[in-house]
Amino acid sequence: MDVIILFKTALIIVILLLSLVIAMYATLVERKIAGFFQDRLGPNRAGIFGILQPVADGVKLFFKEEFMPATADKFLYVLGPSLTMLIALLGSAVIPWGNTLVIGNNVFPLQVADVNIGILYVFAVTSIGVYGIMIGGWSSNNKYALMGAVRSASQMISYELAMGMSIIAIVMMSGTLSLKDIVAQQHGLHWNVWYQPIGFFVFVISAFAECNRTPFDLPECDSELIGGYHTEYSSMKLGFYLFSEYINMFISSAIISSLYFGGYNFPFMHELGLSHNWLTIAGTIAFFIKISFFIFLFMWVRWTLPRFRYDQLMRFGWKVLLPWAIINIVATGIIELVKH
Amino acid sequence: MNQDLNKIKLTDRSQVVSNKKMTLLEKFYLPAIFKGLYVTFTHLFRKKTTIQFPEVKRPVSSIYRGMHVLKRDEEGRERCTACGLCALSCPAEAITMVAKERLESEKHLYREEKYAAVYEINMLRCIYCGDCETACPKEAIFLTDRFVPSEEARDNFIYGKDKLLEPIDARIDVSKRQTPEVLAFKKDKTQLHNK
Repeated sequence: MDVIILFKTALIIVILLLSLVIAMYATLVERKIAGFFQDRLGPNRAGIFGILQPVADGVKLFFKEEFMPATADKFLYVLGPSLTMLIALLGSAVIPWGNTLVIGNNVFPLQVADVNIGILYVFAVTSIGVYGIMIGGWSSNNKYALMGAVRSASQMISYELAMGMSIIAIVMMSGTLSLKDIVAQQHGLHWNVWYQPIGFFVFVISAFAECNRTPFDLPECDSELIGGYHTEYSSMKLGFYLFSEYINMFISSAIISSLYFGGYNFPFMHELGLSHNWLTIAGTIAFFIKISFFIFLFMWVRWTLPRFRYDQLMRFGWKVLLPWAIINIVATGIIELVKH
Repeated sequence: MNQDLNKIKLTDRSQVVSNKKMTLLEKFYLPAIFKGLYVTFTHLFRKKTTIQFPEVKRPVSSIYRGMHVLKRDEEGRERCTACGLCALSCPAEAITMVAKERLESEKHLYREEKYAAVYEINMLRCIYCGDCETACPKEAIFLTDRFVPSEEARDNFIYGKDKLLEPIDARIDVSKRQTPEVLAFKKDKTQLHNK
């Protein structure tokens, strides 16, 4: 069984590095795409096509002045961004990145932990994300930061509710909480998005709000609260807060793809006549194509829609998304009853 | 007349604002959002307006008025006779000069008996109006299509003869700005400076 442990360790390291690299380059892609949407070229000076831009940004953040407010709670002040980063990375543990690889007599699943409460784990982890923001805003000992943190926290909690409700319909359909089983059930083209379109919309919109992406990027309120919860943060600590947004975006895209778009399944996968291992690799590639599309969607929406006003944001979360999620649950329940 | 003014529009894209009740489909916002997404998507493939500066320079107008040049004549002698008309005509009072008499041994350096020993233009005061060029009776000062480079200290913007005078082996072409209209204006004898 030692081989399995070795494989899992390697997988954890690969996934962590992959999330970091993808998030790093998502910052560049975001700036590039923002440029293209605005008929500009975007950054293209550092390296060929600007591929060294994220490195330059990182170096810049490390060398900027590190400022800590004198009245800040030192321990919590450092804990805030670290916690945000840690939580952003934790979510990747239960995502099935692919089917299984069979080498010799050993079967290696491309998933770090196939826990039978996969979705609950994801929700547990993402809801701790509020702590990162709240601790950051509170420990800064600054009214603006604290108010920004309260705003962000209430936004995240409100949208978490609609998100959880939209998932219940999926759980009712599939009868399992394990992400691996949910993905396996969407074999071929039986993707959940065809059966749960309302749930899909509610989930995606909530995911946008959870990642603090436009039109829900109220935590970054430059004009009203001079920056929101990270007002007092500088250099790499601020970098951690901003960077974790991109990791969250990557993990959210992975979860959306695996819950609603069949994860590593792709149409006609068994008509290709590939062997099991090659099929797994092709599935993983298909999964990453889906993830890339959703990351692009995040950016596409960001550079299209204007930001919500705070009362609109709250009204939308509680009076629109939540009722629709509940209607979806009831409708799914009735359909499931009729079917059986 | 006033009614006509109300009909004037700056663009043909303006729309009448209305507070009409939204239909059920409009209340979902999703069709509008998809329309917006389509609009931004088409922009991905538009021609980009970026000019990549150091490699590509933005074309300037043919009569662009940039950094000055003090011209030499065909034999490489300085044309300026330090008459002070440019300084007099300068509305921003950016030009200063000190005149000196030419020595017998300097005949190959200066065209006239008098020359400018010091000739300075404060590039921060200059408004690039081109009056100095119009005022000059000796065709000695011209504005070119070159830019004044950026500096960090104010003192560096006071350009002396070292920066203004054209090198003998690298003459500066000023013909570009001498359009027929400019030449006709210079020959106009009703102007004070041409009398």
